Amino acid sequence: MSLLQIRGLTASVGDKPILRGIDLSLNAGEVHAVMGPNGSGKSTLAQVLAGNPAYEVTGGSVTYKGQDLLEMQPEERAQAGIFLAFQYPVEIPGVSNAYFLRAAYNEVRKARGEAEVDPLEFADLMEERLKIVDMDPAMLSRSVNTGFSGGEKKRNEILQLAVLEPSLGILDETDSGLDIDALRTVADGVNKLRSRDRSFIVVTHYQRLLNYIVPDYVHVLAGGRIVKSGGKELALALEEKGYDWLTEGAHTAEVGA
Amino acid sequence: MTVDVAIDRPRAVTPFESEFRTLYDAAGTIAPPPVRSIRVAAFDAFRRLGFPTTKNEDWHFTSVAPIVEHDYLHILTPSGDVRPEQLEPFQFGGDDWHTLVFVNGRYAPELSNVGELPDGVKVLDLRRAWREAPQLVDQLGQITRYDDRAFTALNTAFMNDGAVVHIDRDVEVEKPIHLLFVADAVAAKSMMHPRNLIVIGRHAKATVIESYVSLSDAVYFNNPVTEVAVAEGATLQHYKVQREGMRAFHVGTIETHQARDSHYISFSLATGGSLTRTNIYTTLDGEGSGCTLNGLYMLDGEQHCDHQTLIVHAQPNCFSRELYKGVLDGQSHGVFNGKVYVYPIAQKTDGKQTNNTLLLSSKAQIDAKPQLEIFADDVKCTHGATVGRLDEQALFYMKSRGVSRELARQLLTYAFAADVLETLEQRNVREELERMSLRRFTAQVPVESGTKR
Repeated sequence: MSLLQIRGLTASVGDKPILRGIDLSLNAGEVHAVMGPNGSGKSTLAQVLAGNPAYEVTGGSVTYKGQDLLEMQPEERAQAGIFLAFQYPVEIPGVSNAYFLRAAYNEVRKARGEAEVDPLEFADLMEERLKIVDMDPAMLSRSVNTGFSGGEKKRNEILQLAVLEPSLGILDETDSGLDIDALRTVADGVNKLRSRDRSFIVVTHYQRLLNYIVPDYVHVLAGGRIVKSGGKELALALEEKGYDWLTEGAHTAEVGA
Repeated sequence: MTVDVAIDRPRAVTPFESEFRTLYDAAGTIAPPPVRSIRVAAFDAFRRLGFPTTKNEDWHFTSVAPIVEHDYLHILTPSGDVRPEQLEPFQFGGDDWHTLVFVNGRYAPELSNVGELPDGVKVLDLRRAWREAPQLVDQLGQITRYDDRAFTALNTAFMNDGAVVHIDRDVEVEKPIHLLFVADAVAAKSMMHPRNLIVIGRHAKATVIESYVSLSDAVYFNNPVTEVAVAEGATLQHYKVQREGMRAFHVGTIETHQARDSHYISFSLATGGSLTRTNIYTTLDGEGSGCTLNGLYMLDGEQHCDHQTLIVHAQPNCFSRELYKGVLDGQSHGVFNGKVYVYPIAQKTDGKQTNNTLLLSSKAQIDAKPQLEIFADDVKCTHGATVGRLDEQALFYMKSRGVSRELARQLLTYAFAADVLETLEQRNVREELERMSLRRFTAQVPVESGTKR
């Protein structure tokens, strides 16, 4: 059985339809890249899967671990093992990173029927997880994302992922705004977290990230639909030829529909 | 806008006449003769003024009609049935602090623990000061005025007990002095008029905490007045913690006089009461003096909480800083009126005032009114007010990490209040208020102290 099954998913912001029928299946341990030009709906797909209330699902279904994902609150999705790494992580002045991480970790544990951990136990866990993203422990005592550089924010997202250990990690343009060194660090972190029972959806505009996080499948989104799917070589073709040869097809399809 | 229920002046004042007569006849012998004549003058002023209506500019957003609707008995004698362990939650863990406890407006020596005071420090109840050391209370009635303030006039007419703190010059008091005013069920339908005097000598330093708490949900009316004198080069940290019963009325006034190079650091926390008003007034009456007036009010249900502050810059080269924050849920109504008055001679005044409000519900309401009256031409005075709601983006971000809506709301509320709470220098008080701010709107989620580890 697949981990995630998306069927005919449509969604809009206000009156504006963004997703026009997405079908996608993903098995445990797989890495799927979702690529596409600006405005194709790839970030919307990521936000909808995480349950962002700013987007309205207008049709279709999403089944995650056999459950109706669309019926679940964002926190329930997270507790069930879905993690969205934000393109623009939110700053929360006044709440320390360490406290927030531990609160999230304990909420997830609680939902799984596991005991909560105290600050000391958590400090041990953090020491180990910080290494995955090569992060300075001093970042933990700062307010969540507040005054962080672009690279620090993205690293912090992957740190959260490393702590919460989801079954499905969704990376929403994690590469945007990163220089090559920061990109490598973040990608290394993700690669360390790949495993047979952890899947990823990697949303990106550029093929560059996929040199580091090598996907099993690549999907191209245009006009709110998946217009092409293939193996990792599809990403290379896109790098060479751009999106036009695919998106033109999308428009035609739309007219045809 | 507050709906102003018309207050019939004679009818509103009359019930207080007999209570005043009773006090004057019964307890008159305790207070020294000058106090007796002050009482009479003050009651005359109250009779003349009546209760303020919303036509009075200082009471524009707060109708005191709900207070006036009731008749109150003035508690003259010690009363109540309070056990020491019931006070534990209100003592900030300050077992070794200098604590005076008052129950239903009267000093409770058996619950108090003044402890060992440094030389030159006096902490005692007002009646004892009247009896044994009248020189300590020379300034009583000299710092605040009642001729145009009905509630202060009422307090002055009825003053019968309270705390006296007197610090000699050059003395630093290390531990906080805690004045804890408790109301229990006996306070139902009664009124209290605690009167405090705090005198900080030249180059002395102290921390005084005033707490107003309740052990019941009785309806009562508490009307404390505290006069404060901070002498040359002295520093006073003065915290007021208002956690009255949810059906109580509270009108509290603190009035401070500051001499040259003195520092007055005030913090007002207000979470209790059904209708409450806190006045904090300070006069910077010597060059180089400064004040910090901060505060936090957290309300829900139908609570109404009004803060009025007044900073008088009477001399040049003084500074004032003010940060008040409000968190309003339910149908609560917050009011903040911050006045800064700069005398013509008060050149180089440096004043900054900020009021931020977080509305947790669409039915909560804030009236914020900054008021700068500047009569000098070389000054720097700024003010700003913001009103906001919880950041939906931040809520979603936290929820997407598995944090429940309740906890996310709690953390964001805490985060909003964090910067003003951080200004509290006394650690026990700061941590307790942090815990309170985390718990205030969601009692069911236990969170340990301090999110800043």
